Amino acid sequence: MEPLSIIVRTICDIFAWFLAVFGAYVIIHGHLSPGGGFQGGAVVATFMALLLVSHGGKKLLSFVKPGLYSWAETTGLLLFIGTGFAGLTTAFFYNFLAGEGGLFGAVVPLGANSGILNSSGTIAVMNMAVGLEVIGGLSLIILYMFKGIRLYDDTGREETGHDR
Amino acid sequence: MNGLAHTAVLAAIVVAGFFAVWFRDLLSSVVSLGVFSLLLSLEFYILKAPDVAIAEAGIGAGLTTAIYIIALRGCNVLRKGGGGGRK
Repeated sequence: MEPLSIIVRTICDIFAWFLAVFGAYVIIHGHLSPGGGFQGGAVVATFMALLLVSHGGKKLLSFVKPGLYSWAETTGLLLFIGTGFAGLTTAFFYNFLAGEGGLFGAVVPLGANSGILNSSGTIAVMNMAVGLEVIGGLSLIILYMFKGIRLYDDTGREETGHDR
Repeated sequence: MNGLAHTAVLAAIVVAGFFAVWFRDLLSSVVSLGVFSLLLSLEFYILKAPDVAIAEAGIGAGLTTAIYIIALRGCNVLRKGGGGGRK
């Protein structure tokens, strides 16, 4: 797959980083604002989709390591179920971090406030776990779909990009 | 004001869906489907469901469009002389 024109490549290069940062924001603020692990993970996975569509597989697949995304998926799943089992002394999925102080344990004051990021206990941890898992899964889907195309790519005919 | 924006977005969704079916060029059809998805996420936001709107914008307008374009590449439709061009 040939790269697209320089306009598309430049816009995708700049915009992909903003999308990744915004997805990380949606994941981290999952317990305060709309969105959460799944939505933020889908936004971050758009990073790989933009780069693959704009730059083509020949340039990108040479240095992207699918093992990194596979690691992210596995770590997310293990972190989620591990957080679930960690509260097993009281109950399964018990929120043992909330209201204790320390990591994600701030006590939310009464009355109207704009939300405290360091609150909500294990819900924030589970949001990050789900975000990691969705980033890994959706990026792997796109990467392996692209690799499946390359298996059947006959290089005899010259491909014309659709904007040149 | 809200009803006007509501009606305009719904009409634009119908127009985008019609063009997604009507285009002979498959790449234009896929881009029209992306526009459809983006307007649908705007409609979700108007209906006060910003959570679903983020999911729809990320998956519908971003990932699905990329997956369709990759699939079109895989079917050799976008090569010169392949099918799908405007006859």
